[in-house]
Parts: sequence; C-alpha cells; structure tokens
Amino acid sequence: MAGLHAAAPLRVIRDPRPPPRLPNTVFGTLAFVVTELMFFAGMVSAFSIARAGSVLGWPPPGQPRLPQMETAVNSFALLLSGLLLYIAGRRFARQRRSARAPLFFAIALGLFFVASQGVEWVALIREGLTLTSSQHGGFFYLIVGSHAVHAAAALCVLAMVALRLLRGRLQSSTFTAARIFWYFVVGIWPALYLLVYL
Amino acid sequence: MPESAPAPTHEAAHHEPENWVLKYLWSTDHKVIAMQYLVTGVFMALIGGFFAYAFRMQLAFPGAEVPGYGLVSPSDYNALVTNHGTIMIFWVAMPVLVAAFGNFLIPLMVGCDDMVFPKINRLSFQVFFLSAVVLLASFFVEGGAFGGAWTAYPPLSAVGEYSLTPLGSTLWLVAVALEFVAFLLGGINFITTAMNSRAPGMRLYDIPIVVWMIVIASVLFMLSVGPLIAGAIMLFMDQQVGTGFFDPARGGDPILWQHLFWFFGHPEVYVVLLPALGITAEIICIFSRKKLFAYRTILYTVFATGILSFTVWAHHQFIAGIDPRMAHIFTITTLLISVPIAEMCFVYIATLYKGSITLNTPMLWGLAFIFEFLIGGVTGIFLGASGADIYFHDTYFVLAHFHYTFFPIAIIGTYAGITLWFPKMFGKMLNDRLGKIHFWGTIIPFNLIFIPLFFLGGLGQHRRIYDYVHFPELMRENVLFGLGMQDLRVLATVSLLVMLAFQVVFFVNVYLSLKNGPRAGRNPWKATTLEWLTPSPPPHGNFAELPTVYRGAYEYSHPDRQEDYWPQWEPEFGPGAGRG
Ligand code: HEM
Ligand SMILES: [Cu+2]
Repeated sequence: MAGLHAAAPLRVIRDPRPPPRLPNTVFGTLAFVVTELMFFAGMVSAFSIARAGSVLGWPPPGQPRLPQMETAVNSFALLLSGLLLYIAGRRFARQRRSARAPLFFAIALGLFFVASQGVEWVALIREGLTLTSSQHGGFFYLIVGSHAVHAAAALCVLAMVALRLLRGRLQSSTFTAARIFWYFVVGIWPALYLLVYL
Repeated sequence: MPESAPAPTHEAAHHEPENWVLKYLWSTDHKVIAMQYLVTGVFMALIGGFFAYAFRMQLAFPGAEVPGYGLVSPSDYNALVTNHGTIMIFWVAMPVLVAAFGNFLIPLMVGCDDMVFPKINRLSFQVFFLSAVVLLASFFVEGGAFGGAWTAYPPLSAVGEYSLTPLGSTLWLVAVALEFVAFLLGGINFITTAMNSRAPGMRLYDIPIVVWMIVIASVLFMLSVGPLIAGAIMLFMDQQVGTGFFDPARGGDPILWQHLFWFFGHPEVYVVLLPALGITAEIICIFSRKKLFAYRTILYTVFATGILSFTVWAHHQFIAGIDPRMAHIFTITTLLISVPIAEMCFVYIATLYKGSITLNTPMLWGLAFIFEFLIGGVTGIFLGASGADIYFHDTYFVLAHFHYTFFPIAIIGTYAGITLWFPKMFGKMLNDRLGKIHFWGTIIPFNLIFIPLFFLGGLGQHRRIYDYVHFPELMRENVLFGLGMQDLRVLATVSLLVMLAFQVVFFVNVYLSLKNGPRAGRNPWKATTLEWLTPSPPPHGNFAELPTVYRGAYEYSHPDRQEDYWPQWEPEFGPGAGRG
C-alpha cells in the first residue's frame, strides 16, 4: 500500500458507518459453508437413493462391513475437538493467551481423526472395499473422502490461526471464520456417520 | 479484549498501479475485473455464435461445405451443438450478466470503493479464464470435444467408449467445474459487499433493484451448485477412475445425474434471468421517468420465485420414467412458478403506464426484453404441463421455448445493460442511430429464427439430429404458408446469418463512439442511483468522498423537484441534512 500518487493528496475518508454486525470474513465464510452444506446434501441424497434402490442388501454381498465401533470412537474425538475449539473461542474473547491450550488440543484431536481415518481406509482397501468394487465402495470413499479433504483443509486453516495466535496477530474475525469452518466439518460428521456407517 | 479489527476506514491510499500489466491483468479493481469478464464473455459469445452458424448451415443445407468451417461431420455436429449450449450459458450469460454487471455495478450502486474481498475477486476471474481455456482446449485433443449435449446425460457422458471423446468429455467436465468455482468466489463477494458495504443511509429497501437481483441470483447459484459439483465429481470418477455411479452397466443409476443436474439446472435459469430483469427495471424507470411500481412486491416476488425454483426441476424429466404422481406435483409447482414471472411482467408494464417514455436504444432493448421473454415464459407453461410435454419433450418446441427465454436474457439483456451503462463504463455516449439499426437488425431476425422452430417442433421435429433427409415425415412440404419443413429450416438459418451480420454494426458503433462519441458527463440519463454520482468512467476507488444515501432509488417525476428526479445522494436541505 506504499505506492504514493504524486498528484492526488492523500485523503482519508472517515467512514461513519458502524462496523457490520457480521464482519466480512465471517459473512463470507458463512455463505461458503452454506454452499458446502448443499454439496454434502447432494452427495448424501444421491447415496440414500442408491442405497434404497439396492436389491442385494447393503453392504452388497462380498463387501466388507464398515468399522462402526472404531469410527464411533474416532467420531467422539472429532466432537471433542469441536468442543475444545468452542472453549478456545470463549477464552479468546476474554484473554487471548488462554486460548492457546484448547486450540492446540483441538487441532491435535482433529489430526488424530484424520489419521485414524487413513488407517481405517488402508484396512478397508485390504479387505476389498475400493472405489470401483461396488456402489457401496464408491459412495463410501466419495462421501467420507470429501469430508476428510475438508477436515484436512480446515486443519490447515486452524494451524495458520494457531501460528497467528502465537505471534499475537490473530484478528478475532479471522478466528471466528476459522471456527465456523471447523464447526461445519465437525457438525456434519455425525450425520454422515449415521447415514453411511450404520 | 473486544474485536480488534479497526472500524473500516476507506483510505484513498491504495492507488492504481502504474504498470500496464498490473493495471489491466492483475488488478483487483472491480471495474477492471468487470471489463475482463465482459471481454471474455463477448469473445466466447462470438465463438458460440460461430458454432451456431456452422450447425445451422448443416441443418439448412445438409452435407454442404460450410464457408469458413468446412464439412460438418456428425461428430462435429454433436460437439458444436453441445459446446454452443455450454458456452452460451456458462461462458456468456453467467460471466456477462452476473459477473461483469455484478462486478461493475454492485460497488458503484451501493456506494463503496471496491468489493470486500478484492483478491478473491481477482482469483475468481483467473479461475474463470482458466476454465474457458480448458473448454476451448477440448477441441484440440484426441477424439475431439465432448458431444453429449450441454446436459451431459450418462451413460453417454460417463463412458469413453460410448461418447468416443474420452478426453473431451473430461475436459468439458473440468471446465464446467472450474467455472463453478469461479462463480462461487464471485458470489461470496457480491453477497457480502451488498450486505456489509453499503453507503451510510442506504437501507435494504434503498438498494437498486438490479443489485438485489444479482445478489439473489448469487444466492440461488450458491444454493443449487453444490449438488451439481458433487455430481460432477462423481461423473469425473466414472470417466477416469472407473466407478459406476451413473453407468447402469456398472450398477449405477443414470437418472441420478439428471436429478443432480436439474436441481441445479432449473435454478440456474433464474440465476441468469434475474440480473436481466434487474437491468430492465433500471432502464424502464429511467426512460419512462417513473418510480418503479411496487418495489417491495418485486423483491418479495423474487424471493418467492427463488424458493419455488428449487421445487420444479423434474419437469425436465417427465419422460425419464418418473412416477406419474410425481409428475403431477412437478407440473403444479412449474405452473405455480409462472405466476410470479407473469407478475413481474405486469409490474413492469405498470411502471411504464403514463410515463414519459423516451424510445432510445437502451429503452428499446428493455422493452424488447419484456416482450420476447413473455413468449418464452408462455410457451414454458405448455411444457410444464406433463401431459403436453410427453409430446413436446426433446422437440424443437422446447428448443424454441428456451431460446425465447435465453436469448432475451443473454443477448437482449446484455445489450440493454451495455447501452445503458456504456457512458459510465467508458465516458462516451453510444451513437443512438447505429444503436437502433443494430437493435432492429437483431430483433427481427431473432424472431424469424425461432418462430419457425416452434412450428417445426410442433410437427414433431426432434432435437439433436444431424440431418433430417432420412426422415420423410420430417421433410413434408407445405406445412406453413406454403413452405415445407426444409424451407422453414432454411428460413431460420438465413435469419441467423442476417442477425450475425448485424452484430458488426454494434462493434462499429462501439469503436466509433469510443473514438468520436460525445463526452458523457457524470449523469447523462438524469438517473438517481449512486453510480451516476461518480465521474465517467469512475476512477480507482470510485467516489471522491463516501456518499450518503437519503432516499430510495427511483425518485423520478418528483412533483417537488424542478429537475423531476431526485438522486439518492442529494440531501433535502443542502449538505448534511438528514433523512426527511
Ligand atoms: C415461466 C417459466 C418457465 C416454465 C414454466 C418453463 C418450463 C420448462 C419445461 C417444462 C421444460 C422442459 C421441456 C422438456 O424438456 O420437455 C423447459 C425447458 C427448458 N427451459 Fe424453461 N421454463 C420457464 C422459464 C425458463 C427460463 C426463464 C429459462 C432460461 C433462462 C428456461 C430455460 C429452459 C431450458 C434451457 C430448457 C431446455 C433444457 C434442455 O433440455 O436442454 N426456461 N422449460
Ligand atoms: Cu426448468
């Protein structure tokens, strides 16, 4: 912003407006999250139609069952991570430094979730569930994979937030936006779990 | 500690970059980005028009060499038709109506210096540009461009051995997906800017209707595109990974794609319609010097239409094997959605009523929009009735229907917008006489192209057929005013040639007006909205001082005023007076 114009004198225009109720970043993130919700809604409804229409039962014969218990534990870790992030947000509003610990644990639990998903996938592929092995496999990797990509992206955002927090440069609207995105990732997971795994 | 972000202060400190590349290709200025979208959109329109020329020539003179193209083979024909449709909707209507006008108008009309996320805005255009390159590249790969229609129904689109364009189909899909990402980024900007960055004093009901329309269009787009992005990923995996989501041979369900496509596809028609309706509203108010009739009713109507538009998609699938009871429900919702559209037409006519009307070029385009779009809407009702649609589906009647909706939107709406805001965009007045020649040279041939196609469709002429010579029942003589069916095809094609030729007049007009046209001044049309407060063309940062808004957007023919109109920015009693 340093490029000065020779001719025009600098004029700072006072903006008499009150700051918007939802800061721009938060508003934009919310709009984005709504689109994402529709994206998952599209996939899930396609999945439900395919599942309802399958005559051979679900999962189809010869295809492995999904690890329901392990994933339940894993889901719990993810939900806990969301809760910790919520606490981090509350603490941030009062005393910034105190948000550090819950934020780090939230990220750690998120990483644990993504990593154990990866482990689970490796096992499933060994058991013969692949993208092309059946509709079941295709939809499983499509939906759970999309969620994992979102989780990984959101973790990158949270890592950036954590870095800024450490350096004392975190804006509260950025933090809110990042939290909204993580709540979205956490919030849709139970629905996906119930629909896809059970 | 409370919110640390400083209250936004608009510093005139961010200056135009001096460098040409930075200024025109790497700019974050919303007006430059608008121009980038406009130029790219017009360029793509020329390509889409050229495709139409090539395949219409084939239909009128089957098997003949097409000047400037050569022989149109059956697979060429399919690729041309498919990409004509794709380009006109996704690379012309969307970038010009939503992105170019949205970018140019929203910050100017709500009175701020730029979009709230300028860098995301720049990224939006870059992704869009990339998508256009990818689409055009598909013509130069092994197997050629995708030819499975703009709706890309599987299994044809899902399996390379069926479409014979294994690479072309994937490039097509990737291009469309990139294009969606671009408009997602744009949409976030439009909505946030209009909601968060309005000039002081501008309440929701003071926002000019065209801004509302573009914002609501963006909302509709963002709500409907998610499922199609999901579908596009699935189709991509079917093509390249070998999954079987949509291919029945691999256990998939092709109808599923149709649902995902049309759940987006129908709202999409409103996404492009709404900006054009908004442009028309501005024109009608300015050139009949009337307050917009029933501003709030229009707004509520558009909300209602937006919601309804998510409930009608299966009217495209009446003969795809859906349950007849479902067909009834979708017939009812489809007929319902015609009501708000009809209402809009009445509201516009009511605005015109007893106005002092100036019939200049923008006004002609505005009026033509209402008139021609009405024909499109009315014929939609026939198609929406599932009983009639069993006969009409996939005939040229459908084709004529949607061209009577899309042409008014994409072409008439664009010309309406350009002729209205040209003075603001470039600081020069367009020549009105050349403008009128161009107008009539476009409108008359347009009707002569598509009216015959309604009749051909009624006679059972199917869409997406390379050549009708082997269908004796579609080569009948003496079907309309002594003309045979082939004569009607020739009439449509010749009219297209005339229409394309007249587009030259427009480009000549732009060139001459930019060179020698009279200076526009700030407010040549004596209009009330904020963009007319800025110099023409507006400088970087738009307003010298942040404007304050004192009233609604359409105070024309105000009895208390000497000059008949009362701009939004003018206080009642000198500067600083409050809302009266
Ligand atoms: C009054 C409102 C409208 C009604 C009742 C209506 C109804 C319909 C119906 C029932 C069809 C399916 C016909 C078939 O495939 O058998 C259809 C097709 C179509 N309509 Fe409309 N429509 C309306 C407005 C619009 C608008 C505003 C647009 C565009 C901006 C539009 C664009 C299209 C397109 C592109 C198709 C053909 C899609 C394809 O198969 O390639 N319609 N319309
Ligand atoms: Cu439709």
